[in-house]
Amino acid sequence: MADDKQKRIDQPTGTETMGHEWDGIEELNTPLPRWWLWAFYATIAWGVVYMVLFPAWPLIDRATGGTLGWSSRAQLEQELAAEQAKKAPLLKALAATPVEQLPANPALMQAAVEGGRAAFRVNCVACHGSGAAGSKGYPNLNDDDWLWGGDLKAIEYTITHGTRQPDHDATRFSQMPAFGRDGMLKAEEIGDLAAHVRTISGQQKPGAASQRGGALFAQNCASCHGAGGEGNRAVGAPNLKDAIWLYGGDSETIQATIANSRYGVMPKWGGRLDPVTIKMLAAYVHSLGGGEGAAPVQTASR
Amino acid sequence: METMVMKSGGWLLLAVVATLLVGASADFGFSVHLAIVAVAAMAAMVWSLRNAGNAAAGIVAPRPDQSVYDDEPIRWGVIATLFWGVAGFAAGLFIALQLAFPALNLGFEYTSFGRLRPLHTSAVIFAFGGNALIATSFYVVQRTCRARLAFPGLARFVFWGYQLFIVLAATGYVLGITESKEYAEPEWYVDLWLTAVWVAYLAVFVGTVARRREPHIYVANWFYLGFIVTVAMLHIVNNLTIPVSLVGSKSYSAFAGVQDALTQWWYGHNAVGFFLTAGFLAMMYYFVPKQAERPVYSYRLSIIHFWSLIFLYIWAGPHHLHYTALPDWAQTLGMVFSIMLWMPSWGGMINGLMTLNGAWDKIRTDPIIRMMVIALAFYGMATFEGPMMSIRTVNSLSHYTEWTIGHVHAGALGWNGMITFACVYYLVPRLWGRTRLYSLRMINWHFWLATVGIVLYAAAMWVAGIMQGLMWREYGADGYLVYAFSEVVAAMFPMYVIRSVGGLLYLSGFLIMVFNCWMTVKGRLREEAPLSDAAFDPARDRPLPSAGPTGRQRAPRIPANQPDAPLVAAE
Repeated sequence: MADDKQKRIDQPTGTETMGHEWDGIEELNTPLPRWWLWAFYATIAWGVVYMVLFPAWPLIDRATGGTLGWSSRAQLEQELAAEQAKKAPLLKALAATPVEQLPANPALMQAAVEGGRAAFRVNCVACHGSGAAGSKGYPNLNDDDWLWGGDLKAIEYTITHGTRQPDHDATRFSQMPAFGRDGMLKAEEIGDLAAHVRTISGQQKPGAASQRGGALFAQNCASCHGAGGEGNRAVGAPNLKDAIWLYGGDSETIQATIANSRYGVMPKWGGRLDPVTIKMLAAYVHSLGGGEGAAPVQTASR
Repeated sequence: METMVMKSGGWLLLAVVATLLVGASADFGFSVHLAIVAVAAMAAMVWSLRNAGNAAAGIVAPRPDQSVYDDEPIRWGVIATLFWGVAGFAAGLFIALQLAFPALNLGFEYTSFGRLRPLHTSAVIFAFGGNALIATSFYVVQRTCRARLAFPGLARFVFWGYQLFIVLAATGYVLGITESKEYAEPEWYVDLWLTAVWVAYLAVFVGTVARRREPHIYVANWFYLGFIVTVAMLHIVNNLTIPVSLVGSKSYSAFAGVQDALTQWWYGHNAVGFFLTAGFLAMMYYFVPKQAERPVYSYRLSIIHFWSLIFLYIWAGPHHLHYTALPDWAQTLGMVFSIMLWMPSWGGMINGLMTLNGAWDKIRTDPIIRMMVIALAFYGMATFEGPMMSIRTVNSLSHYTEWTIGHVHAGALGWNGMITFACVYYLVPRLWGRTRLYSLRMINWHFWLATVGIVLYAAAMWVAGIMQGLMWREYGADGYLVYAFSEVVAAMFPMYVIRSVGGLLYLSGFLIMVFNCWMTVKGRLREEAPLSDAAFDPARDRPLPSAGPTGRQRAPRIPANQPDAPLVAAE
């Protein structure tokens, strides 16, 4: 390069070069494209206008609010308030109706189920699954096998107070002894008990082990699970005769349950969710197929 | 001789200290890093001892030839770019597959998405992109200043020091060492090391510019300098942390709450602006005019768009924090500066594309030019999409969705990747003194695999992102959200699979490039038909027969050298 070099005219474009050259690279003295320049000015002008209309300029202890008076928090509050206003009559009606009387008002019940469906997605799917089918340790809510009761009132109570919540007297509470860990039964006795449980649930044929287990069952288990193993909802003792298992019905899992007990917990949603939302959740869970004490509500699918 | 002993002694001391500290370190990850440092110091000691041995034996290393440019660290840089590219792209493909098929997390914390994701981002941005930037900057600054690198020893330290930074960062991610700041995950001691390397880099670059034999500084060097200086500032401020222990890896940020978030996104957005935009524009400003053999389109545009880009970019970060605890006024500023950034960004695209004025035919004949053009096209697209996504109302739909991922990859795969490929294709035959690349047709293969890959990737992520945003916010007639989060995740599965296919194509194209470059370095030339040639048909290359008795209509007699004449009938 050299400044003394002549500024030449580039043949293909007919434009003058700057007269500089670096490693063979020259530069043309093309003016700024007009459309580019005016678009740039336009974005700047738009920016100035926007900064007048919206919060933009920081001051000592606050910022300019903008002539439109817009703020993201106010926008959220307005949108929420509008939604609340739209739902207010329904929520009022729900608040005034005890949950067990909902089925008498099909329109209200329907609205409650839809609200519950939404609340379930936000609060419950993490444990019970998006289809409410549960998983190991988390009950399936689609079936008619209920630990603590399956009518609307019982479901509402369980949601409100949770299970085995510490420092909450109203919570659903019971505790099965850890027969193995606490040395109440020997390992072979637990094996016999498991054989008995698998026999009454129709998973294996009676034998010597299950007969020994039957005697043990009467002594140790019948007080909660019932003489025939049909369970007791007052203490949340599951029915052992059906094919539905919260932790598993194979011999190994049953022995583990007897030996170490189980202590499933659910949060108490009272205080975290308002009573109307809980009522709607109860209606939704009730509607899933296993609801008791009222005809299942037909729900519209999405 | 004495300095050699001092040097190797110093390295040995460092190795011993690092080894001793392994026992005293507060956590396992820090011990691993100390061991890596000890190994690196031992390697450096062996290297200086060998030099010392040679000197003692009277073998004086020949003084480097001062009549040619210092290209050794650039050759290393090109190899490192290719090596880390394979690692980074493969990691990206793997984590894309993890999102579609979670079983690929394999059940180990070391292979979980959360740890491999920063491995991918850092490998492609800092290892692949960073090595490309350092190598090309050393190449360009020497040639446009007509001067050899200042401080050649320091330049080699920059290269190896940067590789050590990459290894420490990458192993740290896998071991769970992280500051949890996106694109700035390495912990305090790795940050300090990078600062030292970066200051050395600045010294080499500025030193070379100061030694220039040209009265003016070429535009590419403005961009390189803007990139080096600003990245130093961003890196230092965002990584101000207080270590829990001087022999442990954990540290806590000097900023709290939303201030920390704002600092992070001031850094994060300008990592895009100055690392991935300014730095790569510098590459564009040298290699596009060189490959096209045309003058840069507009000197005036380069000045205006350089300064407006530098001035505006630094303010745009808050648009990453729309609808958060960040005050509304700061969100507004981030958005307004992003909109104003649109034209300054496009200035680079215009200057690159219009440089082809008078050489547009090369898009057909030169696959390297074709890569440069598509890189600039993706650059233009991404720098339009970015300002658009910074608008509050658009952002309320796009934020936290896959749209952002699609946007980033249109820029990263399309702009940064393609321009880097083009520059490396330009460099390899020149750095290793070959007449040409092993194969030009393989560049064409690479071009199409990469382009189709990007299109699949970006299209899948746009669809996924917009679908995700719409599903998240969809309210039913009853006034309740329609979808659970898990349902949105399930709906995106096909898009995740398409994205993975796009990534696989992109990686395949790159593997072809690595092979092509490797063969070129080995000095092989592939026997292949040239990509384009003017048509020649020997059967037609003969005079027209004179009119026979059966008499076809005779073509009018036209002299061959009369260009205005109508085409002959045979055409």
